Amino acid sequence: MMLAEKQTMDLIYQRPESLSDAITHYCPGCTHGIAHRLVAEVIDEMGLREKTIGVAPVGCSVFAYNYFNTDYVEAAHGRAPAMATGIKRVLPDRTVYTYQGDGDLASIGMAEIMHVAARGENITVIFINNAIYGMTGGQMAPTTLPGMRTTSSPNGRDVELSGYPIRMSEMLATMDGAGYIVRRSLHNPANIRKAKKAIRLAFETQEHGLGFSMVELLSSCPTNWKVTPNEALTFIADHMVPVFPLDDFKVHPAIANLKV
Amino acid sequence: MPIKGWIEVNDLYCKGCELCVAACPQNVLALDLDQLTPKGYHPARLITAGCTGCNICAIVCPDAAITVYREARQKNKVAINA
Ligand SMILES: Cc1ncc(C[n+]2csc(CCOP(=O)(O)OP(=O)(O)O)c2C)c(N)n1
Ligand code: SF4
Ligand code: SF4
Ligand code: SF4
Repeated sequence: MMLAEKQTMDLIYQRPESLSDAITHYCPGCTHGIAHRLVAEVIDEMGLREKTIGVAPVGCSVFAYNYFNTDYVEAAHGRAPAMATGIKRVLPDRTVYTYQGDGDLASIGMAEIMHVAARGENITVIFINNAIYGMTGGQMAPTTLPGMRTTSSPNGRDVELSGYPIRMSEMLATMDGAGYIVRRSLHNPANIRKAKKAIRLAFETQEHGLGFSMVELLSSCPTNWKVTPNEALTFIADHMVPVFPLDDFKVHPAIANLKV
Repeated sequence: MPIKGWIEVNDLYCKGCELCVAACPQNVLALDLDQLTPKGYHPARLITAGCTGCNICAIVCPDAAITVYREARQKNKVAINA
């Protein structure tokens, strides 16, 4: 197209300001990147960039602190909710969120996430469920599907031996301290839009002081699932969604009525 | 006449994952196998006319590599220095 023609065009979308200029180390097509983008878009839209403090986990998203244009700290494995608790209590006017994988949150960090919700800490958690330990080479996670092959379950997860996948959102929604708990997925444009709205409402929950908020995002790991990025999205739709239903598990009435 | 759109892919960020290629409802995207990005990937490109500026490719791009433009209706025109 000629330059003259382009000059009569509206800018519809560009890289959000709350993402840094860094090139991420994520594998091609890994939906960690989509989750980052959505969080950055929401922070931009709510004008929270100057007062947001993120807490990065251990896992593939360990370098999240390099990828956002906001303040960020790095927690020990699984301890992000504890660190976020301290930050939020000392600096209650800041927007504080953790970004955690399923190994970080549902395995080594199980105690921290349960208690942060039970205490009703006014923080937000972005929970990336890719059914596997990505960073360390694709071992079984608490969220690995029955029968799913991983490097530590090469014949498929045997539920007799290793038990069943843990549904974190359902469990956390039983806590009185929770204000907003939903599960969304990143496998197609319609679901990505819903995921963004949920991230917005989770941050709104925190801004309105309504307690603990979490968005669980079904996310891909093409590298360790050993499929192409597009096949990984199909795997989420066909195999993960039936085990991890996309739903609202707890929505504070003030948030249910909020127009964003 | 259909709405006209235009996208640009930033080769610094594109990793050639093809999520945008598969998601584009107009089938106007493909990897350019004759080019390599600084990281060594084949970048996504518009290959033919027909982009509507629908933004779907940008919604699925994990690396925020895509900028989307759409034919100006009346106001809000921006100058693009590309
Ligand atoms: C105390 C401690 N135990 C174990 C590890 C090894 N380790 C690093 S990342 C990880 C799990 C990562 O999986 P997940 O949280 O699902 O994130 P993903 O990489 O899939 O995004 C483990 C067990 C560690 N770094 N520190
Ligand atoms: S190993 Fe998996 S989760 Fe980690 S960056 Fe690669 S695709 Fe993403
Ligand atoms: S804006 Fe829409 S039509 Fe244009 S390339 Fe992207 S997905 Fe295809
Ligand atoms: S989705 Fe983004 S990173 Fe993937 S090929 Fe398209 S422009 Fe490149």
